[in-house]
Amino acid sequence: MENEKEIENLPASGPVLSRKDFVSDQMVRWCPGCGDFAILATVQKLMPTLGIPREKIVFVSGIGCSSRFPYYMNTYGFHSIHGRAPTLATGLKCARPDLMVWVVTGDGDGLSIGGNHLIHALRRNADLKILLFNNRIYGLTKGQLSPTSEMGKKTKSTPYGSIDYPLNPIALALASEATFVARAVDTDLNALSQVLDKAAKHKGSALIEIFQNCIVFNDGAWSEVSDKSLQSETTVTLEHGKPLVFGKNKNKGIRLKGWNLEVIEFEPGHPPADILIHDETSSPLAYLLSHMERPHFPVPQGVFRSVSRPVLNELMDAQIAEAKKSSPADLEKLLKGSETWTVAA
Amino acid sequence: MNTESKPAPHSTKKPMEELESVTIRFSGDSGDGIQLTGMQFTTSTALAGNDLSTLPDYPAEIRAPVGTLPGVSGYQIHFSSREVLTPGDAPDVLVAMNPAALKANIKDLKKGGILIANVDSFTPQNLNKVSYEKNPLEDGSLSDFRVIKVDLSRLTGNALSGLALTKVQVERCKNFFALGMMYWLYDRPMDGTLKWIESKFKKTPLLVEANKKALLAGNAYAETAEIFGFHYHVRKAKLDPGLYRNITGNEATALGLVAASQVSGLGLWYGSYPITPASDVLHELSKHKSFGVKTFQAEDEIAAIGSAIGAAFGGHLAVTGTSGPGIALKSEAIGLAVMTELPLIILDVQRGGPSTGLPTKTEQADLLQCLYGRNGESPVPVIAASTPSDCFDAAIEACRIAIKYMTPVFLLTDGYLANGSEPWKIPSVSDIKKFVVPTLPLPAQFKPYLRDEKTLARPWAAPGLAGYEHRIGGIEKQEISGNVSYDPENHERMVRLRAAKVNKITQDIPPMQVLGAKKGKVLVVGWGSTFGAISAAVKNLQGKKESVSAIHLRYLNPLPSDLGDLLAGFEKVVVAEMNLGQLLKVIRAKFAIPAIGLNKVKGQPFKIGEIESFIETVLRGA
Repeated sequence: MENEKEIENLPASGPVLSRKDFVSDQMVRWCPGCGDFAILATVQKLMPTLGIPREKIVFVSGIGCSSRFPYYMNTYGFHSIHGRAPTLATGLKCARPDLMVWVVTGDGDGLSIGGNHLIHALRRNADLKILLFNNRIYGLTKGQLSPTSEMGKKTKSTPYGSIDYPLNPIALALASEATFVARAVDTDLNALSQVLDKAAKHKGSALIEIFQNCIVFNDGAWSEVSDKSLQSETTVTLEHGKPLVFGKNKNKGIRLKGWNLEVIEFEPGHPPADILIHDETSSPLAYLLSHMERPHFPVPQGVFRSVSRPVLNELMDAQIAEAKKSSPADLEKLLKGSETWTVAA
Repeated sequence: MNTESKPAPHSTKKPMEELESVTIRFSGDSGDGIQLTGMQFTTSTALAGNDLSTLPDYPAEIRAPVGTLPGVSGYQIHFSSREVLTPGDAPDVLVAMNPAALKANIKDLKKGGILIANVDSFTPQNLNKVSYEKNPLEDGSLSDFRVIKVDLSRLTGNALSGLALTKVQVERCKNFFALGMMYWLYDRPMDGTLKWIESKFKKTPLLVEANKKALLAGNAYAETAEIFGFHYHVRKAKLDPGLYRNITGNEATALGLVAASQVSGLGLWYGSYPITPASDVLHELSKHKSFGVKTFQAEDEIAAIGSAIGAAFGGHLAVTGTSGPGIALKSEAIGLAVMTELPLIILDVQRGGPSTGLPTKTEQADLLQCLYGRNGESPVPVIAASTPSDCFDAAIEACRIAIKYMTPVFLLTDGYLANGSEPWKIPSVSDIKKFVVPTLPLPAQFKPYLRDEKTLARPWAAPGLAGYEHRIGGIEKQEISGNVSYDPENHERMVRLRAAKVNKITQDIPPMQVLGAKKGKVLVVGWGSTFGAISAAVKNLQGKKESVSAIHLRYLNPLPSDLGDLLAGFEKVVVAEMNLGQLLKVIRAKFAIPAIGLNKVKGQPFKIGEIESFIETVLRGA
């Protein structure tokens, strides 16, 4: 019992200063050259900048290479079962609104076996920060197609080529009414860090698709957009209120044409008046942007959509507070119910 | 009916006969308001001071075609001036609102029993729907019974003639006319129902008036019309002194969970997905937000348990509730709770299976699923409630065990307990045993899988505490540190430790209560909702000086440590259960005795007579 007092009086860990405070004592067991290393390092660097005590941060994951992530973070962590991380995270966040809850998942974990949970965690706005590592392959089970694998892809389970049309994670998140939807690439750590920072500060569920390279089973899946020498031509950065301009010479942009988008070229510094200006609050625009794919378009990076909506745990707590006000808890009354009778001695 | 020729307690125009106990079954179309009628009769009977037990029996379809057999809904109540242990083997009175209700239930009515039939619904069309070639009310086929034909629809219409009601609205009041008749016939007070009508229809004064009128008219009709020569009184039962209410199993489970949360000081989380017959627990708990209860209707069964595991990790008293099919879906996640050694209560309100099975009927066939239905060596304690009100205590006990031993715990009830009801002596809040979360060691001594010596439980360090940051998961754990480990020696040690921890719970199990002598010819072993029927059967046989005893298991895993000695004291052991012998298998395997199974899988609880005659056969050596 004397422990109880001491535990109560323990100091909070306070502002944690450096990345190394977030590095756990466990050996990182990803393949050398895996894109996950860069993401882990970026997250570990970001954490101390958020001003949230380490003990208030929880990483929850499912199954897959990416889902080993929590073991390497020196925070609280839960490596759960395949596809179910959003369910644990939702229960945890609602039970403990004081915690910041991150979910780490992959294209197989989050979009295939756990697809149902992902869409519900998003539509409920459960205030989870969901990192979806998309490498377009099953890595941990050694190379089967995933829900984001391209048509015709030859894998161990599809030697004649995939006949399953791939899912678009951004479009799925938008359709699930996610309040924050973004994309980053594992080779552009600056952009990744900025997107993660915005997600962390967003109130509500956030989905961040991270293009991640699986060096063993799907090497180069994103090379066109992750190769730094190509990125300026193959990607476009989304910034709220700014025109969609790209190209080495900043001479290309995106414009609305009917119900579709088109790539236009112009003299650097002189974009046409009707060039598309990004608006994070527009769902139709976000949906159009989500379908910008190679080779016809540059691939958008950054925040597709960011809007405000009440979060699940606050709505839950508000109902509880209201109920407590109108009828204070009285266990004796509860047990009695509406009708009682007395049996005399 | 057991008739005693005592003078009636108070005089009315018609003579009153005293009865010791009565079983009534209300039956009709699922749109006839049968469940509501039954529940009203139950409340009034409880207020009249009788002991009672009820058995609702309704179809899985919300509105099967009107007048057909699949659409028949029933509600049976057994009430008495003596102890009532079951809803009654066979009804003394059958109220049949239509030919389908008659056809579905008449085989159960006692010879000489009263049949009250709504003749207005015995039209050629309705008779045809259930393949009656002739009207059974008129062809002499019911000569074994006292048939009382009432033109309910017409009489209700007459009673309500002055009111501006549609034909459909009038028709909907006929159940209250019938209820009014039953109140007179069994001398029940009507005040409760009159009050209920007022509050239920308070937004539509016309319906208040209509239903009240129908009730009172039915009552007056039974008293004055030349249909009943007398009516009956059932004296108050000699229950333990105290304050009582009527309660169903699902209500009791929900209240037990709230009480456990209150006495432990832990926030209650209930993650669930709608499923019959467990949904009422979700409905009940979702009302009690003022107790801080957090209910979560998940997107599926897996999400329901996932949310609960998340809440448990977060330091909450976490519960997920479902029925058999939901347990199947949750199995992998239950394994995760076993591996991460988090406290979690998994409520299984069993129903007929396999697959969708009989959603609204009762069965005890999930026992082996709960004991063994997971991958790997995955021991989970199992606790079963024995009566509707016992669900309250069983729920609290499941919570206590889960927290003390840091383990998922199954709480087994079933459709019969869930919807059945009985009087419950309301416990005083101060009598509910408190339980506490074991204290954490200081951060320097904290290891996620360092176990308590007495319970083998690991410490429960919820996020938010500085210095206790740690990671858990479904991969095998290194003993003490909790780090990922694939070491073969460690795995075997951990498998054995998890099993040993669950076995430690035997130290919390009180000595078994034996109904009867501790040695003898036959011992009947039961668990769960068969308690009432087994106890009544064994008491009857003991009254006949037979050497029979009974024990009822609350803890099905681990089994009580004194069970083996008790079993050894009898020549024969009968295990009675509503499955094909699941506890029987466990007992035969563990104690290597030739136990005999008494098994029933009809979606209906045991009748006392069925158990009694089986035991008699065993006593005779067959």
